[in-house]
Amino acid sequence: MIRFKDVSKQYSTKDGGLTAVNDVNIEINDGEIFGIVGYSGAGKSTLVRMLDGLEAPSTGEIDIDGTDVAKLSGSALRKQRQKIGMIFQHFNLLWSRTVIDNVALPLEIAKVPKNKRLQRAESLIKLVGLEGREHSYPSELSGGQKQRVGIARALANEPTILISDEATSALDPDTTNEVLELLLKINKEMNLTILLITHEMHAIAKTCDKVAVMDSGQVVESGTVFEVFRHPQQQVTKNFVSEEFTTQKGDTTMTLEELVKKYPEGQLVRLIFHGPQAELPIVSDVIKRYPDLTISIISGAIHQTQEGALGSLDLQFIGDESKINDALGYLKTMRVGTEVIHHE
Amino acid sequence: MSNSTGLKSYFQFHSVDWSAMRSATWETVWMTLLSMIAVVIFGIILGLILYETRSKQGIGFKIINWVVGLLVNIFRSIPYIILIILLLPVSKALVGTIIGPKAALPSLIVSAAPFYARMVESYFREVDSGVIEAVESMGATTWGVITKVLLPESKPALIAGATVTTISLIGYTAMAGAIGAGGLGNLVYQEGFQAYNNTITLVGTIIICIFVFVVQFIGDRFVKMTDKRTL
Repeated sequence: MIRFKDVSKQYSTKDGGLTAVNDVNIEINDGEIFGIVGYSGAGKSTLVRMLDGLEAPSTGEIDIDGTDVAKLSGSALRKQRQKIGMIFQHFNLLWSRTVIDNVALPLEIAKVPKNKRLQRAESLIKLVGLEGREHSYPSELSGGQKQRVGIARALANEPTILISDEATSALDPDTTNEVLELLLKINKEMNLTILLITHEMHAIAKTCDKVAVMDSGQVVESGTVFEVFRHPQQQVTKNFVSEEFTTQKGDTTMTLEELVKKYPEGQLVRLIFHGPQAELPIVSDVIKRYPDLTISIISGAIHQTQEGALGSLDLQFIGDESKINDALGYLKTMRVGTEVIHHE
Repeated sequence: MSNSTGLKSYFQFHSVDWSAMRSATWETVWMTLLSMIAVVIFGIILGLILYETRSKQGIGFKIINWVVGLLVNIFRSIPYIILIILLLPVSKALVGTIIGPKAALPSLIVSAAPFYARMVESYFREVDSGVIEAVESMGATTWGVITKVLLPESKPALIAGATVTTISLIGYTAMAGAIGAGGLGNLVYQEGFQAYNNTITLVGTIIICIFVFVVQFIGDRFVKMTDKRTL
């Protein structure tokens, strides 16, 4: 169990104080995959660096299984760090070491005997699917393979927590998915708590159970991924969710503003379906019930989250204002989430 | 001694005392290698001290950094020929003599080690800070970071810097030779310059050049062998 309690972090800079993390309260249960999403500069990385004791919070407590990390120092802190594995955006492998020696490095630091070290490294390399590349150097590997080495290395000391700090941000979409699937597999097989820091909602939707949205140092929204996707409250969350729903493979990303510009007439409405409604013919129902309305489909997407499928459909309604409201009311009774994106 | 004048004077090979040439070459080689080993050891230690005390908090670190930095800067800025003379009493105290190759060692080391230390410090600063942080997050001590990250990850640069330093050491040995340290510098100064034997000068030059080329070649080979960043 990880608990951030009233955690703040201030830096003093030449232009005065800077609050990187502002009064954060988060609880993460064992075995959970917890996502922290936010734009760069939102304070995500500072938060996890404090979890690893690389930085100390200005105020507040960071509790891991009953230990206040902020109070540790010296060898107690180093021991604690061995219980946390970390993977990074730029992999941070040692180019001077082969794959197997990179994976064995945390064990060397923990003074594990050599034959045991190599045995463990060997089995981890197998786990991440890099058999046969043990004696390659990082420069001979692709980005995805390097991150697999990073993951194997992070798992070497049998940690209870794995922190992924933008670990897929430098990878292409296919490789990102492979790495995320590997993280899911590890989470299930080893019952590892995973903390996923990212600015990609896609990574959150695919892997996380819960998510916290950060904006300028604060957690502005948190909950299960399913809930946050269905009912985003804050503008920043809406942006993230919308980004994810409008980004389709092979399609150019269309922001809300662009959608509005392209379809200025009538009302632009986003419907969010989940679970069983996704299987009902709701849209054709609406068309039959309200024959005076012109409805055109602009875009749609379906996302697999850890709790089930989530669909979104952007529709343009043209017609009488009152009729449109009736139609939206009907959709609500069918328990479909509706959000008016633009009103003429 | 040769009586020839003009360009022909360079090619009077019968006038060369080859056994003196051989022993002078040997003196130059071992003076260079011995001082190189000491320079690399002291340079890395000083470089490490400079690197590790640079950005640390605490008044103790700041004082160490300032003192070491000052000494390094002072000895780096003294022209070598003056440094030898300055250190003559030190050489006398340390090795018991002020002539011969042994007497040149203290001044060779004192002049080149600070030069190399500054290079070492900059190589350590170029090591990816993300990698250092990754290894710290594994629970490594400062010593662990030094032995597992800093030294291995800057090895090619350390070797390249040592090669450059060794080549300038060869130049210094010749200068030291002129004031009695022996080696090719001494031979060329006495026989070539003072006794007007241009052939000795030419042969000495060629041998020094070959020595420099060999050092450069070996250095480059080691850099290539240890650098795994591009394959």
